[in-house]
Amino acid sequence: MPPGEPRGSRAEHRRPPRKVDRTRVGPGKRTATTVITPPGRFALPRWAELWEAREVAYRFAQRDILLRYRQTVVGVAWVVLQPLASAGIFSIVFGQVANLSSDGVPYFVFSYMGMLAWNLFNNVLGRSAPSMVANQSLVSKVFFPRMIVPLASAASVLLDFLVALVLGVVLLILYGINPGWPVLLVPVWVVLVVLLSMGLGLAAAALQVKYRDVGYVLPWLTQVLLYASPVAYAVSEVPENLRGLFNANPLTWMLGLFRWSLLGLDRPPLWQIGAFAGAAVVVFYLGALFFQSWERNFADVI
Amino acid sequence: MRHPLRRTRFEEFRALDDVSFDVPWGEAVGIVGRNGAGKSTLLKLLTRITAPTHGRIELAGRIGSLLEVGTGFHPELTGRENIFLSGSLLGMNRVEIRRQFDSIVEFSGVEKFLDTPVKRYSSGMYVRLAFAVAAHLETEILAIDEVLAVGDAEFQAKSLAKMRDVAKDGRTVLYVSHQMQTVTALCTSALYLERGRLSYYGPVDGALERYRASFSAFAAEQTDASRRAGTGELRARSVRLAEESFEPAEDKILEIDIDANTAMIGQYFVSVHVNDENGVVVVQCDSRNVGVWLDPATPQSLTLAIRDLWLKPGRYTVDVFVCKTGVLDSWEGAAVFEVLPVSPYPVLAGDEALASGLVLSDYSYQARPAGGAAG
Repeated sequence: MPPGEPRGSRAEHRRPPRKVDRTRVGPGKRTATTVITPPGRFALPRWAELWEAREVAYRFAQRDILLRYRQTVVGVAWVVLQPLASAGIFSIVFGQVANLSSDGVPYFVFSYMGMLAWNLFNNVLGRSAPSMVANQSLVSKVFFPRMIVPLASAASVLLDFLVALVLGVVLLILYGINPGWPVLLVPVWVVLVVLLSMGLGLAAAALQVKYRDVGYVLPWLTQVLLYASPVAYAVSEVPENLRGLFNANPLTWMLGLFRWSLLGLDRPPLWQIGAFAGAAVVVFYLGALFFQSWERNFADVI
Repeated sequence: MRHPLRRTRFEEFRALDDVSFDVPWGEAVGIVGRNGAGKSTLLKLLTRITAPTHGRIELAGRIGSLLEVGTGFHPELTGRENIFLSGSLLGMNRVEIRRQFDSIVEFSGVEKFLDTPVKRYSSGMYVRLAFAVAAHLETEILAIDEVLAVGDAEFQAKSLAKMRDVAKDGRTVLYVSHQMQTVTALCTSALYLERGRLSYYGPVDGALERYRASFSAFAAEQTDASRRAGTGELRARSVRLAEESFEPAEDKILEIDIDANTAMIGQYFVSVHVNDENGVVVVQCDSRNVGVWLDPATPQSLTLAIRDLWLKPGRYTVDVFVCKTGVLDSWEGAAVFEVLPVSPYPVLAGDEALASGLVLSDYSYQARPAGGAAG
C-alpha cells in the first residue's frame, strides 16, 4: 500500500487479511508475524507467550526478592525469625496455656510444620493478590503477559519456604524425629499448595484491579481461615460434631499431608490426597481462566 | 462510593473506529491529531497494552513500546539491576541485554554508579540511563510516544537523533506527537486521526496541513458565540490584534469588544491567555490583577497591552475568558499571531543560544573579574 491516498473506507476494512511472506519481512531477518485480534471470552492463557516472557518473570522475581531484604539490618534472617516466632507464640498459647494436644510430637515442631505449610499457602495468596495493583504503572505502559506478575510473586514465597524448610529439618534432627520415606513427597505437596493458592491469587489479583475492596477483605478472610484450619492444633482436638466441617476444608488436607511427610504422623485418608490434588488443579485452572477473561480490560480500569 | 445494589450505568465509547492502514518496512510514521483523536489509543492497541474489541492487527515482527522514560525502573534497584529489568520489560531477552550492556552503560555515562540504587541518582542521570536502555531496543517495530522526548534541549536532540538512526536501520517507527517540528524532522509519512477515525495517511506535509486546518476550523467554529462554552450571560463580540505579527520584544496590543447585558448584576472581569504552539499557557493576563472590573450595563471596548513579555518566535493563540463567579464566555482561539524569527538581543549568537526555554527575557550580565586576591 503506497502512502499518499487516504484510507479508511468501509470496503477496505472488510478485505481479507493480507498474507505475510515470513521469509521476506524485516531487514534480512526471519521474523514471525504477530496477529492481534479481539480476545475471546474464555481464552486460556497462551502458555507459549508466557514462556517467551520468562525473562520478565525472572526479573520480577529477582526484584521482589532483592527489595524485601534491602536496607534491612538482619536481612534474610527475617525469613526464619517469622515462622520461629509464630511457632513459639503458638506453643505458649495453645500448647501451654490451652494445653491442646499435638498428636504426640513436641508442640513446637508440630506448630512449626503447620506454620510452614500455612505460610506457603497464605503468602502465595497474599502476595499474588495485590501484585497487579502494585504494578499498575507497568500495566498501562508496556505489554507483557499480565499473568507473569502474580506468577512471579510466588518466587519470593518459595525462597522463604525453602529457608524455613531447612530450619525445619534442623528442628527434626534436634528433636530426633524421623518422618521416614513420606518426606520424599514434600515437593509434590509444595507444588499442589502453590497451585491451589495461586489459583485463588490469580482470581483475587484480577478482581482487585477493578474492586480494591479485595485488598481489605482478603487479609481478614485469611485470618479467619488460619484459626479455622488445624494449623496450631490437631484435628483430633476438634469435637466430633464439628469434625465433618473441618475435614471438608482443603487446608486440613494440606496440613495433614505436610505433617505426614515431615513429622511421620498418620497418613491422611487417601481420598484427602486425591481431593487435594484435584482441588489444586481445578482451582488453578479456574483462577487462570478468570484472570485471562478479565485481563483485556486491565489497562483501562487499573 | 456507589450504591452496592445499583447497576452502574455506562455509555459505550469507541475511541477508534474504521482505522485501516499498512505500513511498509523501514517507514517512520508520525501519528498526529488533536487531543482525544485516538492517537494514544492506537499506540496502545498496536503495542498490545489494551485489547481491541473489533478488527485485526498484524505485526510482522516484535514491537517495542517506549511510552514513558524508564519503564519498569524501580528506585530501590541499582542501575545494573534496572537495566536488566527494564530491558526485559521492553522486550529484550537476556542475551540481547548482555550483548548491549556495555554500550548502554557507555551511552548513559553512569559507569561509576552502576551499583548504586537509582533513587540516589540525579534526575538527569536517571533519565539518561532510562533512555539508554530504550535506545538499545532491537525490535523490528518501535512505538514511541512524544512524552519520551523529555529533558533538556541537548537530550531531546540526542534522543531524536537516536530515533532517526532507528528508522534508517530499516526498522519501522511509529511516533505519536503534538510537536509538528519533530514529526517533520523524524517521519517519512504520517497518519492523521480525527475523532477516532483515520482521515489521512500519506506524506507528512499533507497530514500537517490537515492538522493545522483543524485548528482554524475549530477557531472558525468558535467565532459563533452560541457554540462557545460559558453561561452566555455576556459574550465577547470581537477580539482583534493590532498586528498579525509581532517582533519578540514588541508590546502586544489586543482589542476586545464585549456586549452589554442590562439584566446582569455586579461587575465582571476578563482574563486573556496566550498559548504557544504546544498549548502551553505562556501568560495569563487577568484584569483582576490590575484592578479592572467592568460594568455589564454598557458595551465595553478594552485594550490590552502586554508589555515586557519577550516571546520566542513561533505561532501563538489567544484565549479570551469573560468571568464573574463562573465563566460567562470562554473563547478559545479568539486570535492568532505570529512572532517573527528575529532576535531581540543586541548580539547575534546563533540558534543554539536561543534554543532552550519557553520565553526570552531582557537580561544582562555584569562581569567583575574577581582576581585571586579576594578577601
